[in-house]
Amino acid sequence: MKIEITGGRVVDPAQALDRVASVYVADGTIAGVDAMPAGWRADRVIDAAQCIVAPGFVDLAARLREPGLEHKATLESELAAAAAGGVTSLACPPDTDPPLDEPGLVEMLKHRARVINQAHVYPVGALTLGLRGETLTEMSELAEAGCVAFSNADVPLPDTQMLFRALQYAGTFGHRVWLRPQDAHLARGGVAHDGEVATRLGLPAIPVTAETIALATIFALVRETRVAVHLCRLSSASGVAMVRAAKADGLSVTCDVSVHHLHLCDVDIGWFDSQAHLMPPLRATRDRDALREGVADGTIDAICSDHAPVDDDGKQVPFAEAEPGATGLELLLPLMLKWATEMRVPMTRAIATVTTAPASIIGIAQPAFRAGSPADCCIFAASDAWTVSRDALRSQGKNTPFLDLEVLGRVRYTLLAGQVVHQPIDRADSSRP
Amino acid sequence: MNSSRNPQLNRAGDLTHLLTLEGLPADVITHILDTAEPFASISEREVKKVPLLRGKAVFNLFFENSTRTRTTFEIAAKRLSADVINLNIGASSTSKGETLLDTVDNLCAMDADLFVVRHAQSGAPHLIASHLAAMGRSDVHVVNAGDGRHAHPTQGLLDLYTIRHYKRDFRELTVAIVGDVLHSRVARSLIHGLTTMQTPQVRVIAPRTLLPTRVEALGVQVHNDMREGLRDCDVVVMLRLQSERMKGALLPSAGEYFKHYGLTVDKLALAKPDAIVMHPGPMNRGVEIDSAVADGARSVILPQVTFGIAVRMAVLSIIASN
Repeated sequence: MKIEITGGRVVDPAQALDRVASVYVADGTIAGVDAMPAGWRADRVIDAAQCIVAPGFVDLAARLREPGLEHKATLESELAAAAAGGVTSLACPPDTDPPLDEPGLVEMLKHRARVINQAHVYPVGALTLGLRGETLTEMSELAEAGCVAFSNADVPLPDTQMLFRALQYAGTFGHRVWLRPQDAHLARGGVAHDGEVATRLGLPAIPVTAETIALATIFALVRETRVAVHLCRLSSASGVAMVRAAKADGLSVTCDVSVHHLHLCDVDIGWFDSQAHLMPPLRATRDRDALREGVADGTIDAICSDHAPVDDDGKQVPFAEAEPGATGLELLLPLMLKWATEMRVPMTRAIATVTTAPASIIGIAQPAFRAGSPADCCIFAASDAWTVSRDALRSQGKNTPFLDLEVLGRVRYTLLAGQVVHQPIDRADSSRP
Repeated sequence: MNSSRNPQLNRAGDLTHLLTLEGLPADVITHILDTAEPFASISEREVKKVPLLRGKAVFNLFFENSTRTRTTFEIAAKRLSADVINLNIGASSTSKGETLLDTVDNLCAMDADLFVVRHAQSGAPHLIASHLAAMGRSDVHVVNAGDGRHAHPTQGLLDLYTIRHYKRDFRELTVAIVGDVLHSRVARSLIHGLTTMQTPQVRVIAPRTLLPTRVEALGVQVHNDMREGLRDCDVVVMLRLQSERMKGALLPSAGEYFKHYGLTVDKLALAKPDAIVMHPGPMNRGVEIDSAVADGARSVILPQVTFGIAVRMAVLSIIASN
């Protein structure tokens, strides 16, 4: 299959490329940009005029809910959502049921994902058995099965000695460790940011110190063990400042933020809107502003969807009882673009936060339009408006605080290894012999 | 549930649910208090009933234990001639298997007109009100009888009624609220009510472990020293301290709490000579309040209970007519 993508604005952060060009795809790989390969004859031409042609997005946190939580979502539904969102590679956290703590589960997940073939799936293995924080998992076995990193998902390790040992052990074999910085004790029972909104609504709160104390602990252990750590989902201004200082200090840490936290704050909880029940909690306006600034200046490396499909039963309960999380795969692009536009971040930089930066964190090849690179690609119209609605979302999770809002940025085509895995239903262009 | 808008007022500004005193306009509060006045004298009549809610079914939906609030709501509804059905569901909705909204749907199918809801989770009555709106049941009303730490609006209103009864003008008063503000829906509702009624000084007095973050944003002055906080107060409102919080990470002991924050005759002497003492009940004598004060001349704790019936009658009758 030979595909020619014509007339699009090619944005390729790996090569600092941003100009109108044609992209030639053959046998699943990039055959060339601009220069038509010798003897070229396209099986299909995709008209990308008025569109941006970018490498496929790489998402650091997308819950697919398999195994065990199929009532919330399935691999079929969520990988279709990934394709619709332009996401071609995704890391899935180990918080499944059972958690990804043994190789058989990981192999099954990888196998199912390969059969469905709508995105590359990179499982993140459990750092401890059952995410219970007591016993290390067989990391080497899990890595052989396909785990790209190890994390305890959203479950904090209350035992600092356990965390220290886990880092030492993972470091011995060069495994990557991803941690969500949250102190187990300070966060206990909390459901919202410890501020005016939680005080008004009478919601049990999680203070910012839950994040900063965890960060301080992690930094001390990184210094001691010299094991690189990726920090998942920063939420506070103080947290951003600490990461900035740690990086300036030469500490080997990277970090990400959920795309929701770049736009929302605790005020968006309104009168107990359970769609705004997220983890980490939405914090104050100044925290949100610091996160936006943090991504813009590179303190925060990557933006992720933190995709968490939750069924209606999980949300139609009082705020504190609601399951945290929001569907995100299909909102990653529009919400990332909204941030980039508002912060005046150039398109190449913006796209890097969802492509090259997360790819480095996972440890996969840099997505790029180079001859021979895998043809994972997302073609989107940056100023196409659409309304977020239950019907518009492919994900089985219809839970999002952005429901009924109009957003800009629509994915038109997604290519996975040279195959079109998503395209407009009323496709305007046509295949041509 | 999309609940960005406060769903207790309809587009005409009429009260269709009572969920919180926050954001409730002063004229609505005054109207409720004024409506309660004649109801307060009903108890002195031979026939204590009026037919305002005849034919209406009021469901007392209590997911959390309560004696006083449930009983006074029941008396209020019965004096308005409503049919009252009491449901003591006890523990949380989820532990029973049936969800909160399933319970509500079932009771709606039994032709409920009004739900009086108490729930351990903040926001549960808002959830029910949003759900009813989504189902197109604008004919069914919700009255919050206490949700988690969030609000207890009828308690707030009966406190306002009591204060107005004894002190007349809110705009000249200093009110101190003493105790476990962190966990108190009573405190939150009273604070919103008093600030809306333009009370110039509302103070909260508590150790730092029992105050929520940024409580001053609610419009109150914070005092950790009770003697300082009580100085020249017109009204002292004591909060109940739950027994499970008397000993642990929040406080070392009930005894030490009483030493610092218990209301004694001696401490009350720092307030104005005609200051009144209130308590939402049930009281812990010797923990937050000394018996000499609770039973003393300045205590209006029992009148609060009586006024509570009149205020709840006013709320039920106003809401059912909207």
